[in-house]
Amino acid sequence: MALLEVRDLTVVFQRRGEEPFRAVDGVSFDVEPGQTVGLVGESGCGKSVTSLAIMGLLPKRGATVTGTVTYDGTDLLKLSDKQMRDKRGSELGMVFQDPLSSLNPVIPIGLQVTEVLERHRGLARKEAMIEAKNLLDKVGIPDPNRRLKEYPHQLSGGMRQRALIAIALACRPKLLIADEPTTALDVTIQAQILSLMKELVQDLGTALVMITHDLGVVAGLCDEVNVLYGGKVVEKANRHPLFAEPRHPYTHGLLASIPRLDAAPGEKLTPIRGSVADNIPWTQGCAFAPRCPNALDVCVQVTPAEEDQLGRLLRCHNPVVPGTPAAEEVPV
Amino acid sequence: MSETLVSVQDMKVHFPIKRGVFMDRTVGYVYAVDGVDLEIKRGETYGLVGESGCGKSTLGRAMLRLNEPTSGKMVFDGQDFSALKGEELRKMRRRIQMVFQDPLSSLDPRQSVESILIEGLRAHGLDKGKESTNKRLRELLTAVGLPTTALRKYPHEFSGGQRQRIGIARALALEPDLIVADEPVSALDVSVQAQVVNLMEQLQEQFGLTYLVIAHDLAVVKHISDRVGVMYLGGLVEEASAEDLYAEPLHPYTRALLSAIPVPDPVVEDRRERILLAGDLPSPANPPTGCRFHTRCPWRQETKCDTERPALRELKPGHKVACHWAEQIQSGQIQPHEVKPILVEEGDGLSPDIPLVGPASVTEALNP
Repeated sequence: MALLEVRDLTVVFQRRGEEPFRAVDGVSFDVEPGQTVGLVGESGCGKSVTSLAIMGLLPKRGATVTGTVTYDGTDLLKLSDKQMRDKRGSELGMVFQDPLSSLNPVIPIGLQVTEVLERHRGLARKEAMIEAKNLLDKVGIPDPNRRLKEYPHQLSGGMRQRALIAIALACRPKLLIADEPTTALDVTIQAQILSLMKELVQDLGTALVMITHDLGVVAGLCDEVNVLYGGKVVEKANRHPLFAEPRHPYTHGLLASIPRLDAAPGEKLTPIRGSVADNIPWTQGCAFAPRCPNALDVCVQVTPAEEDQLGRLLRCHNPVVPGTPAAEEVPV
Repeated sequence: MSETLVSVQDMKVHFPIKRGVFMDRTVGYVYAVDGVDLEIKRGETYGLVGESGCGKSTLGRAMLRLNEPTSGKMVFDGQDFSALKGEELRKMRRRIQMVFQDPLSSLDPRQSVESILIEGLRAHGLDKGKESTNKRLRELLTAVGLPTTALRKYPHEFSGGQRQRIGIARALALEPDLIVADEPVSALDVSVQAQVVNLMEQLQEQFGLTYLVIAHDLAVVKHISDRVGVMYLGGLVEEASAEDLYAEPLHPYTRALLSAIPVPDPVVEDRRERILLAGDLPSPANPPTGCRFHTRCPWRQETKCDTERPALRELKPGHKVACHWAEQIQSGQIQPHEVKPILVEEGDGLSPDIPLVGPASVTEALNP
């Protein structure tokens, strides 16, 4: 049994006087200890809401979460607020995208790290400070003794993200959810943070859920990849088959539209036509159909089911035949 | 093709750091751009890359004189652009247009697309009668792939990609020779990025434009540019054709930068050797002496690196690099070594021996 089992997770946002909006629509995935699972997609595909739902961080009013999130045998969605607070920070860690807005600006870094240690491990402030110093050291912050006394604004972006990772790791969580942990950082700093996270998964056997829009990050880090579109997983596979032979037209189109550093000179990009605004609701058919080069008549009439095809899960009526070049862009 | 359109000579932009309420003393400078020379040929795309804070955007803005450069000049099509004044400057500006990063904040929310596009035409006297202007607007929208019904709409009614198309149409309206695009696609989703990149390439072919593309994403820059300049802490460290730069990076920083960029292919990713840079970018208010990169450079040598600032020199035809040891590093004579990250002061550029005179804020002045 997997450490984290997410089954049929659905989040519906309801605002008064408006149509309910299904941000996440029946997402299921498993994470084993020491495994890295990626959730990829563009803005608005529901990847961040998925992570907030797992951590129980969505507002009680206005957001309805259904499905099950089984962590180590217990359904996190059924826990009370108090039980959830005990789990968060100790067994479940989370790293957010923007380190400056996730750290408290008026509390020194040191206290923000020791807070977790005092709350969950019952350490005294003095012991916690020593532990905090070791943690900052481990995530590669130079001169940790001095940094403990400093405030978030005195640290650079990369240092702040490291501090945030140190807080998330303070109690050695079994599950770490990282929501776009490197998006706000420069590439050279991104490389440092990613190699740090890789080490953690290997050394501590932490299960990692990596949420990102960057397929390059996924390619180097994740074992299993879930591609989200419009709140649903449209393709789920291990990274090697996924990148070698993307079968869903969306995955295929996404890969063809990214400029690659190792591309031959003069290679053309093939963008996906239209934008997310063209989506049709999943209840009517496939949300991607209006942008899809492979769309058939059936795509706008019947919602495609998630099917097991050749060792991967695919939600498509007319998958891409491996080896086909990206469809030519119709001039807009 | 080989005619030089833009030539930037020893451009410097230093921003003063002010302290004190009453005296407004300048206590230091942020050396945002510190001596950059570059040339852009007519019809080519020059890509400027670097991490945040390296001065690439400031350089672009200083070239257009949106920030006045501290020193140095820019020669545009044979004329000294930095010496122009008043009406002459205004007229010349028609020929250099800019596309900004965030398409929403660079378009006036209360102006319709028609009025946004017409504003520039009017300012430069290109609005010659209703009929010809209308025709021109339609041409512009068709060129950037928007429906003509867009004219009556407002910026908020469009998606990010479409807004960037409006920004490009606005730049195109004045038939410029040079378009400076500052992070044109970084605010867009990946699937839409490619649409805008392709559009820019297509427009270049159609109208014979020259581009200066400023971006942090080396993959995008490599795709779209003919030549690429890499910036680090206010200076160019390497300049080469896009292919050469990727195939044979000569500067240690370029090597590290290239090796840090993830490639969406697990096979490549598993094989790749990363050069991890230690530590952070030093503060541009307090740049390291000598070579700016020596504090993080895995190839740093005992001599020269921390005392002498290397000049950009041509190692091979069209391939310039600012490193004392480029040849030795390339031939493998010098091997990389471990670098300990050093503390980067979130500097205000104050050296400890300048005493602070006067209060730093009003509250401080009132409650000494």
